[in-house]
Amino acid sequence: MASEEKNIILETRNLSVGYSNKKGNSVIAHEINFSIAKGELAGLVGANGIGKSTLLRTLTGMQNALNGEVFLNGKNLSEYSSFQLATQLSVVLTEAPASKNLSVLEMITLGRQPYTNWIGSLSKEDKKAINFALEATETTTLAHRKCFELSDGQMQRVAIARALAQDTPIIILDEPTTHLDIYHRAYVLKLLKKLASETQKTIFFSTHEIDLAIQLTDKMLVMAKDETYFGEPCKLIEAGKFDALFPKETIDFDGKTGRFVIKS
Amino acid sequence: MQISQTYRLQFAVLFLVLIVTFLVNLSVGSVSIPIKEIFSAFTGKGASKETWQYILMDYRLPKAITAMLAGGGLAISGLLMQTLFRNPLAGPFVLGLSSGASLGVAILILGASTFGGFFGTLLLSQWSLVIASSLGSFLVLLAVLAVTFRIKDTMAILIIGLMFGSVTTAVVSVLSYFSNAEQLQQYIFWSFGSLGNQSWQGVLILGICFFMGLALSVFSSKSLNSLLLGENYAKSMGLHIKKTTFIIILATSILAGSITAFVGPIAFVGLAVPHLVRQFYTTSNHLVLMPAVLLCGSLLMLICDTVAQLPFSEFTLPINAITSLIGAPVVIWLLVRKRKLFF
Repeated sequence: MASEEKNIILETRNLSVGYSNKKGNSVIAHEINFSIAKGELAGLVGANGIGKSTLLRTLTGMQNALNGEVFLNGKNLSEYSSFQLATQLSVVLTEAPASKNLSVLEMITLGRQPYTNWIGSLSKEDKKAINFALEATETTTLAHRKCFELSDGQMQRVAIARALAQDTPIIILDEPTTHLDIYHRAYVLKLLKKLASETQKTIFFSTHEIDLAIQLTDKMLVMAKDETYFGEPCKLIEAGKFDALFPKETIDFDGKTGRFVIKS
Repeated sequence: MQISQTYRLQFAVLFLVLIVTFLVNLSVGSVSIPIKEIFSAFTGKGASKETWQYILMDYRLPKAITAMLAGGGLAISGLLMQTLFRNPLAGPFVLGLSSGASLGVAILILGASTFGGFFGTLLLSQWSLVIASSLGSFLVLLAVLAVTFRIKDTMAILIIGLMFGSVTTAVVSVLSYFSNAEQLQQYIFWSFGSLGNQSWQGVLILGICFFMGLALSVFSSKSLNSLLLGENYAKSMGLHIKKTTFIIILATSILAGSITAFVGPIAFVGLAVPHLVRQFYTTSNHLVLMPAVLLCGSLLMLICDTVAQLPFSEFTLPINAITSLIGAPVVIWLLVRKRKLFF
């Protein structure tokens, strides 16, 4: 147990997320507890509006936690400067890059920014990381294409490549499978699985592909209406935790196949 | 950002064309001076006629340098604004800087009658115009900066800049309604813009402001590159958004404010040049784009000035009209050809 504890990279304790304003706090989700170890792929599932994005924004330091703590590598998230955080944690967001005129290579190269000097010139190490990112995501042939020329599936691979080039122990992805066809959804999730086990990065992503996530992830965080559950997918199924995800009158979770079925 | 091409050819061509245009600009005007004479004037031998030497050294050379500084500076601030606001329509004047300058000048010229008599005439020297317009754009800049500290959303800053612009334009129209024809004419002549009548001292001050703005821009180039991905991505790579926004707006204000103060409100260059450059430079890297935009802006302004002095005649057309007359068709042509305007 002791050795496993050492490898915990991302951990939360009694975390509450939401928004605070002058009138007070509006809590979206509370009592979130989970811990993800090095090299693990973890999925985050839950209904629309349950607070998945708010949780991810809190984990990436884009907004403050209302209560509780987030630990990266055993150190409280709030103790990291934004610059230190950039070398610990990289993100893949749902938004496309603001400039569609960027070439794929330029976009991936931007991932090296936390390491380059004030003018952004690349060292040998930077180039190595970029080449690795290109190869791992099979985007080498796209390198000189412009972002506006890419399909959604290609764009997602490039976004992942940029996060890889940033070379951080943790990668957090917000719905990396939206807008993709079934093949690309599986492709992206398999790629994440491969990256987690081969590069020993900790990868945490939110998704609506519950059945794919159950098959591929090491751990899952299930956000239901009033509670969140964390554990290995098969154990969560045994405990019936997926049943609470959606209102029962429309769809139902089938524990044997690991899928949701429409109620007739 | 990785530079996949060096763009040596583009830079070489641009540089050559700029030098040729510079010489042509010096040579033509109400009196045309042969290129050979220009060389001998510069090399210290002196032109064969004393009037030529005088025209070159005290009129045309400061004018050409002003044109290059103004064109290059406005184009750079246009590039900065387009990246900061992630909007291809942004230019230095969306922040309301030129309106602020106009307001300063309007209050000076149109309000001079209020002070009346001796004091009124004292106010209307060449320098007081520069000071008034600098003060005007500086005040708008302070207001915009105060807003950027409070507001996160860059689009909101853009709209607030436009609002400042409307308010100052409205104040100018109210002032002009109450002023007499002579003052109104003087104000309108200022608003046409003019590159000429710059003393070497003026060129020096403009040059200092220009290099301050340029230094800040080059310093921000890495941050500008990361802003191309959007604010959230930039933040995730360790960028301080507020600090960066402040520096970029400061650079734009110094460039656009000082240029407007010296040569009047010159539309279009800031908006059009970055788009022109993107036709020949496929990179988004600001370290490559910035020198290109600088050269191209200087070149465009020199061409506009050459056209404006109407070679072989005694008239000089307002520079502001020429930049729009040349610039607008270029942007329309680009849009029709590419069907899309990227930034």
